[in-house]
Amino acid sequence: MQKIGVFVCHCGTNIAGTVDVKAVAEALGKEPGVVFSAEYPYMCSEAGQNLIKNAIKDYGLTGIVVCSCSPRMHEATFRKTAAAAGLNSYMVEIANIREQCSWIHKDIKVATEKAIVLGRTAIAKVALNTPLTASSSPVVKRALVIGGGIAGIQTALDIADAGYEVDIVEKEPTIGGKMAQIDKTFPTLDCAACILTPKMVDCAQNEKIHIYSYSEVESVKGFVGNFTVSIKKKARYVDETKCTGCGLCTEKCPMKKTPNLFNLGLDNRSAIYIPFAQAIPKVATIDADYCNMLKNGKCGVCSKVCAAGAIDYKQKDQIIEEKYGAIVVATGFNPIKLDGYDEFAYNESPDVVTSLELERLMNAAGPNGGTLLRPSDKTHPKTIVFVQCVGSRDTTDCGKPYCSKICCMYTAKHAMLIRDKYPDTEVYVFYIDVRTPGKNFDEFYRRAVEEYGVHYIKGMVGKVMPQPDGKLLVRAADLIMNEQVMINADMVVLAAAIEPDKTARPLATMLTASMDTNDFFTEAHPKLRPVESPTAGIFLSGVCQGPKDIPETVAQASAAAAKVIGLLAKDKLLSNPCVAHSDENLCNGCSSCERVCPYGAISYVDKEFRMPDRTTKIRRVASVNAAVCQGCGACTVACPSGAMDLSGFSNKQIMAEVDAICR
Amino acid sequence: MQEMMKKRAKELLASGEVTRVIGWKKNEFDYDITPAVFTSAEEIDRDFIYDDFCGVNLSKFTFQHQKNDTKTLVFLKPCDSYSMTQLITEHRVDRNALYIIGVPSYGKIDVEKIKADGVTGILSITSEGGDVHVHTLYGDKTYAKYEVTSERCLNCKSKMHPTYDELIGFEGEVMETERFDEVAKLEAMTPEERFEFWRGELSRCIRCNACRNACPACTCETCIFDNNDSGVAQKAAADSFEENMFHIIRAFHVAGRCTDCGECSRVCPQHIPLHLLNRKFISDINKFYGDYQAGAEIGQRAPLVNFTKEDVEPDIVAKGGKA
Repeated sequence: MQKIGVFVCHCGTNIAGTVDVKAVAEALGKEPGVVFSAEYPYMCSEAGQNLIKNAIKDYGLTGIVVCSCSPRMHEATFRKTAAAAGLNSYMVEIANIREQCSWIHKDIKVATEKAIVLGRTAIAKVALNTPLTASSSPVVKRALVIGGGIAGIQTALDIADAGYEVDIVEKEPTIGGKMAQIDKTFPTLDCAACILTPKMVDCAQNEKIHIYSYSEVESVKGFVGNFTVSIKKKARYVDETKCTGCGLCTEKCPMKKTPNLFNLGLDNRSAIYIPFAQAIPKVATIDADYCNMLKNGKCGVCSKVCAAGAIDYKQKDQIIEEKYGAIVVATGFNPIKLDGYDEFAYNESPDVVTSLELERLMNAAGPNGGTLLRPSDKTHPKTIVFVQCVGSRDTTDCGKPYCSKICCMYTAKHAMLIRDKYPDTEVYVFYIDVRTPGKNFDEFYRRAVEEYGVHYIKGMVGKVMPQPDGKLLVRAADLIMNEQVMINADMVVLAAAIEPDKTARPLATMLTASMDTNDFFTEAHPKLRPVESPTAGIFLSGVCQGPKDIPETVAQASAAAAKVIGLLAKDKLLSNPCVAHSDENLCNGCSSCERVCPYGAISYVDKEFRMPDRTTKIRRVASVNAAVCQGCGACTVACPSGAMDLSGFSNKQIMAEVDAICR
Repeated sequence: MQEMMKKRAKELLASGEVTRVIGWKKNEFDYDITPAVFTSAEEIDRDFIYDDFCGVNLSKFTFQHQKNDTKTLVFLKPCDSYSMTQLITEHRVDRNALYIIGVPSYGKIDVEKIKADGVTGILSITSEGGDVHVHTLYGDKTYAKYEVTSERCLNCKSKMHPTYDELIGFEGEVMETERFDEVAKLEAMTPEERFEFWRGELSRCIRCNACRNACPACTCETCIFDNNDSGVAQKAAADSFEENMFHIIRAFHVAGRCTDCGECSRVCPQHIPLHLLNRKFISDINKFYGDYQAGAEIGQRAPLVNFTKEDVEPDIVAKGGKA
């Protein structure tokens, strides 16, 4: 016989403020099967938990319902409480009468009624609960970091430092990411390469770290502690183990007209290339789109000059399968495409550039050797206009609704650097707001205005009009003076919004990690679990989770590493016993469940069945791999015959809950 | 056509390529055709028929009478072929145990339309060219064929055969139809009107289960309505509203798998337009996920039961699955 206990929490006034908890406890006490019902100010407190433990013992409870906050908050707490009193921890149900009831209602009568219905529903469910036992699975002591920018590098270094193996998968030929393309960093103005490259070298030299450069994640299977990942090593047509990075091939390659992507296409390189001097790994890569040998079999110069014999035109993409206990996503960002912003003439004039392009134009390794020259005629620009918020805080279809966070600071940096190096250059910055929260950030911006005489104008640029003499006529509004401003500029720099890298969305699907509408990865909790994905074993590092600058990225990268280390330090993980199983007598073998399963947990076996007419028949039936199943329940709703069921959330229990609501 | 089919069936039987033939068999009345298994040339000569009354979808019959240790010849009209393809996709029939001959269908006659016109005492019906002659105890009557063609044939979705080993006659193509017009009419109703419409239609249901038994998508080992453990079986008997839910639940169960063959409405003795429930689902699936025809190819993945990396996000479902 069922003996159910009901425990109604006040949560101070969080619940008791809008729900008559006494009335709820009284009403639920009369439900069939309920032998004990009580309310208490803080059920999660030690005294509250003791109340539960004592009731379990005194009344011999077979199941308990706690009417409190979301199960995400305290389900684990109350399961432990039950277990401590000798009750199977899966005989506990939570009725969420806080987030889903007291917080959203103002009227006590309505909220109380709803709380009773929610409690009744949980009672109907717990009456059908069965004791479940969690099994345990081993943890693979190796981590995967996807993305080799500063976020991925820092996470990998920290994990390796704790003594665990870690692999970095980077889709470009070198690690370094966006930071490698940046000239100077705010607010200290130190050179980005000077602080980044030592970390890159550390990665290369650390024996715990393995870098898969020019590689992408193909597929992810498994679960926390035991992921199986296929990594595609793209053919770079150079044997990494032989190439010494001498660079002779890049000098001799006749295809010199290949756009240099590292410099954002502002200059050209050869078809075989090493992205930049400090690349890690320092190995050449052939750009198959431009290489004559790969395109039409005529050339072979690089192969002839390579003393190491590293060139291999026949190299193929290679798939590597590896097991990991944890996966860190560090896929980073890109500036948005500016095709939707014709008013800034970005596609019309080479002298309208994005801020990242300006970084390359000012960098010593950039197209002009560090001298700032206009791309069109290689002359010194005398007037430069910066436009802030191009695509950020923009709710139209071509823009992003969020603040990209880094543009105010890097624009102040650019303005200051230009005024410092070329004092004869006038610099104007058009802004909507200047946002400088961060250590020493506002001081930095004030310096740009007060010491370096940068003209900050509150207002938006309406149009950039290229003139026949090569100048750019900028029409803008000055909102403080309330007048229209016309500036004859030599260059215009657009602070393009940043967006998550395009590879993030398909990756999220592979990882079954959730994303928001802007394709940023969602955290397990926005405040309390900011570096974990809601999917167990998946961690977030850097801009893939939201816009951030370098100091924040590095801090988050180390935080993600700490979480990974915490996971890898465990030998075994308890697995979730709430997994699917199939009733083979009902199963049609139709494959619906297999097709909706995001985890590949379902396969089919042929089994011999005794039929009602005493014949035997071989039928195809579904079989669930409990170790892989994550208990999402997609299969149970896809199954037409009701053969698929989920422990802890059985079809019968859900039906009982619906009946209890509709009673 | 019928003679060619008979000849081919006898050839395949004689050669030992197949041991059984599934086709249509004449019954007591001209318009009363039944599916049947033939195992000899004599049976075929005597009973095999293929005419304008062979509306029965043979795929469900084939599913019920399948034998995997031997090869069976089955004749399939285009709509039967779609249903069969869906059954093969769902692993409910073994493709290797079947020899499929696709046959054309130029629209089947719905005898209920003739009866609804007040015609009784039918002795025989013959279809010639564009005319349908009805001989009754009380005299003869002639209809133009389109007047007595079934609704599903007038709104034919396709004259193509997605699966076959050989064809008799020419292969047709996917048709432009107005089959969703009736659905649009229902959608234009207010929720109250629509509720009343379906309550009215479904109130006639006698739960004979003919729709379920004829439906090629209803092939569960044990139907949830026959499974006392499902929690649905007794519900349907609770009251007339729950009773009505039988059809709604059934429509949900076949959603995305229903090929719109129209057997449910054809076999309903109470003339409930059940196919409209399924068509509403088809029209919604087309709208939300892009055009989809169940049974169009073997191994096809239906939008409702599929998980891919390219899955549309909920926010673009309303845009027909296009970002």
